[in-house]
Order: sequence, then C-alpha cells, then structure tokens
Amino acid sequence: MNLAEAARIAARGLRTNKLRSVLTMLGIIIGVAAVIVLVAFGNGLQRFVADAFGPLANQIQITKTQGAISGNRAARDLTDADVDALSDRSRAPAIGSVTPSVNGSALLQVVGDGQYRSSILGTQADYLDVANRELVVGSFFDDQQARNKAKVVVLGPNPVATLFGGQAGEALGKDVRVGRTTFRVIGVLKGNGQQDDVAVMPLGAARSYLLGGGDVVDSITVRAASTDVVPQAVQQASAILDQRHQIRDPGERDFTVTALQSLLDQSSQVLSFVTIFVAAVAGISLIVGSIGVANIMLVTVTERTREIGIRKAIGARRRAILQQFLIESMILTGVGGVLGILLGIGLSVTAGIVLPQLVTDFPAPSVSVGSVVLAFTVSLLIGLVAGGYPANRAARMRPIDALRHQ
Amino acid sequence: MIELEHVSKVYRTGDIALRALDDVSLRIDDGDLVAIMGPSGSGKSTMMNILGCLDVPSSGVYRLDGTDVGGLSDNRLADIRNRKIGFVFQSFNLLPRTSAIRNVELPMVYAGTKDRRTRARRALARVGLAERANHQPNELSGGQQQRVAVARALVTDPTMILADEPTGNLDTASTVDVMNLFVELNEAGRTIVLITHEPEVAEFASRVVTLRDGHIVGDERR
Repeated sequence: MNLAEAARIAARGLRTNKLRSVLTMLGIIIGVAAVIVLVAFGNGLQRFVADAFGPLANQIQITKTQGAISGNRAARDLTDADVDALSDRSRAPAIGSVTPSVNGSALLQVVGDGQYRSSILGTQADYLDVANRELVVGSFFDDQQARNKAKVVVLGPNPVATLFGGQAGEALGKDVRVGRTTFRVIGVLKGNGQQDDVAVMPLGAARSYLLGGGDVVDSITVRAASTDVVPQAVQQASAILDQRHQIRDPGERDFTVTALQSLLDQSSQVLSFVTIFVAAVAGISLIVGSIGVANIMLVTVTERTREIGIRKAIGARRRAILQQFLIESMILTGVGGVLGILLGIGLSVTAGIVLPQLVTDFPAPSVSVGSVVLAFTVSLLIGLVAGGYPANRAARMRPIDALRHQ
Repeated sequence: MIELEHVSKVYRTGDIALRALDDVSLRIDDGDLVAIMGPSGSGKSTMMNILGCLDVPSSGVYRLDGTDVGGLSDNRLADIRNRKIGFVFQSFNLLPRTSAIRNVELPMVYAGTKDRRTRARRALARVGLAERANHQPNELSGGQQQRVAVARALVTDPTMILADEPTGNLDTASTVDVMNLFVELNEAGRTIVLITHEPEVAEFASRVVTLRDGHIVGDERR
C-alpha cells in the first residue's frame, strides 16, 4: 500500500467525524494564529523603532563626563579646539561630520503676547540632518548665518504654542526677545515628542548674546562616514580626544563617547527578546492544542479498534495501520496549521489597517515569513508526535483481540 | 491444500494452562467444502484463528499451500491472510459508513492490486449485489451484508474461504441464501471451511469434522 492510499483512508476517517475533526483543528488554528499575530506585532514594533531611529544609527555623541573622574582630576571641558581636531579628515577618516552644540535656557518674550522659558540650543546649520528633524514652516539658518552669528531663531512647538497660540505661520518672521536680545523667527520645528521645548539658534549667537562660555561646547555630535564604520569612528574620536586631554588609561577619560548604534542595537535586542517571549506564551496555546490532538487520536483509535481488527484480518500490515493514523493526525494539524496561518495573516493585516486609525502612529504588525514557515513545520511535527503514540498503539493491536472488541 | 500436523494450542493464564487444541492433525484438499462442528469450548474458535493465520500454534505444523506458517513474522502473516485467506465473520465485520464496493476493494488496497474497481464490481455481481454497490452496510439487510462480506472474501482469489459462524446472525431465509452461495462457489472450485455449531448449516457441507475438548472426535464425508 502506498502513501497516497493511506492518505485517502485517513481523510475518509476524518470526514466521518467532521465536527470532532474541526473542533480538534480549532486548537491548532488558534495556537498557530496567535503565534503569527504576536510575532507580527513584535516585528512591527521593531520595524517602527528601526524606522524612527535608523537615520541616527551613524551618530556618536560626545559629552563631558559629569562629576568626579578617577585619577582625582577635574574633567576638562570640550572645546572648539577639540571640535577642530575631530574635524581633521586626515586623522579621523571614519568621521563624516562634526556638529558641536551649546545648551542653556532663557526667557522668550513677544511684545504684548506673554513669555515662555525655553531651553536654548546653539548649534550649526546641519542640525536638522543631525537630529533627524523637520520644519513645519520657514527655513533653517545656513552656514553663512551660523558664521555671522545671525540673530535668528528656529522655535520648537512648545514655545510656539504659548507665544503664538500654536499658529506656526503666525510665528514666522516675528521678532522674539531671547534674554535681552531680539531674534527673528525664521522657522518652526515639527514636534518629535522629545525635544519640543527648544529654541535653536547659531552656536556663535547663543554664546555671544546668551550663554557666554568662551570656547566651551556642551556636546559634540559626530557622524560616522557610514553606518559600517561607526566602531572605527568611535575609536578615532576617542584617540584624538585622549591625546588632546592627555589621557593614557581609558578608565580615566573625562569624556563619554556613545554610539547611538549600540543603543539601537540594545533596544532592538530587547524588543526581539520581548517578541520571543510573547511568541512563547502563544506557543503554550499551541501545546494545549496538540494535547487535544493526542487526546482525540487516542479516542479515535479506541473507538475504531474493531475497524483496526478488520483491516488487520484482511491483510493490513502494521505499517499500513501506523501510516493511516499518523496521516490522520498530521492532516488535522497540517490543515489546522494552514488555516491558522491564513487567520493569523488576516488578523495581522486587518490590525495593520484598523489600529493606526484608532491610535496615531500605531506600528502596523508585519508578518514574518520565518514565523509562517516555523508555525507550519511545528504543526506538522505536533501531528507526528501527538499522533505517534495512538497510531503505534493501533498498529500493535492483535487482530483477534481487536476483532472481539465491541 | 491445508495441512495441520499434531497441532496443539495452549493458553496460559497464571498457573492454569488451557489446552484448547490437543494434537490435532487434519488435511483439507483443494475444492472441498468442510464444516468444522462442535459445541462451545470444543476448540472451534482456536481452530478458526489458527487456520486463519490470526494466531500461531503452540506446537505442531500448519502448512497452507505448502508454506509452513509457524515461524512467520507479523508482516508475513498479514500478507498470507491478505492473499490466501478470505474471511467471513458471524458479525459481518464490514467497515461502517463505507460503501459495499469500497468494503470489497479493501483487501486489494492492502495488496496493491490494480483495476480494483472492476474486480470489486465483478465480485459483487457474483454474490448478486451488483446494483447495491454504493449502499453502506446500514442500508443493507443482514443477508445482503453477509453477501458483501463473501464478495470481499473471494475478490482476492484466495486458497481458502474461512467462514466463522457465517449464518449466526441471519434468519432462516438469509441462512439458506448465504449457504447456497457457498455451495455455488464450492461447485466453481473454491475451498471453503465453515466453522459452525448448527447441524442445519453443516448439512450443506461435503465433509463434517467434529471437535470436542480440543480433539477431533468425528470426520465424515457425505
């Protein structure tokens, strides 16, 4: 007897007990669908994070170490000279751009329209690129304005909300007093939820009119020439600053070099752990489903003892009986697996359409091919394992005993 | 040709040994219609199990068509049942919810025979049920079900048709019906062994072997 024949017999066996077969399959369907949907949600979240922060992946933040450092020395400030050294392409070929910035806070005032205390960021013309931000209206200051310490400012959404009633167009071109100096608003930033309480201006202007501080910079954002050379860029930046700050032991550094990539890697690793964990929880329902399959197969074999006896008396070999029941349970779990995959994909796609309409920026779930292949393989394996014992029991029955069974 | 030589079958439960067949020798020629008779407990069922290769003797030799069945594996026994023996049981033993024609095809499925449909149809026609081919067992009378079972038994062209109380569940009319079928088949050259305790059934046989307490106590040709 060949496999096709055994499959036909098994399919006929399942059809005679349709309701039972469908209910048993339901356990597998729900388990598989749950795994696929939850993995899809996890993937969606990972993709969301990668899309949001991916452009920052080649960034390296350099700041002065806060508080005491080992070796009992005071930490040196980062200065313009450090920035120049880092910008030297011959010493740091892996570094693409260097953007220093200074921070502080100041009172913003519009005549007759109230006031707002905002943080101040003095930086360079490439800030938008470096910070991965966009403008709602207007333009950013250019290199020439930066060099000339032009008294221009780009406002974040929070000061605009207070000073101009949230009307970005209203703010454009207006004069704002920042501290004791009047600046012209040339643009408004789009909110990013993290740094919205800000007024951005040329670094030189911030130093000259507001914060003082000579040649000190608060932080330096270095961008690696590409995401592939981030580690080299970190190394070169550290080496240059070590030399300038006369540091021989890396443990005594008075500055901190942080590659955002490593933070991104960590966060995506955490997310993938969460995804695996959630999928494992869904996998429990798959285990419950497979116990259901094993249970039903045992019932089926007991119920059909007489049938097994007849088949054996008529000349079915052990193997033929084994195949019949194994295939029966694998059809249950295989078809259940396929239906579960379809249901899982359907739910994920539906969630991807509906949820972002209900919750802004909700990350759309993304079904992974891997989870589909895995789910199908696992369901077939479940069929093999859950059907194995009952099928083996059926195959080992002695025909005389099986025939006598009522 | 069917030969039993000094066959014994002993069942053991705990310390008690039950000698169901005790040193039985029997030879059945091809084309014979033999009834094996005896009261319950005489060893009839054991005889049937051994003749049908459902069980093996404790001692002695059973030769079917010259093959010693004694030392064969499970699989070989299954093959012998498939090719050389056609079973007819008291309780019909058709697969439920399965059409008559599929029931008749079943032994050929395990044998891997080709043109099963045609052969099954021919066998059903032989027992007079050609037009009931697509009926399920519960749509057929007892006599009809037993005729389907006979068709299933003869479809593989076996050495022997082995019928265990084939009329035990049938009314008188169906009994005569089924017995006449056996006689017809026998006249066409089939070897048939009937296990029965009913003298009226044994009437149809050309040879009657009587068992009692595991021994052959009578063997007459009519």
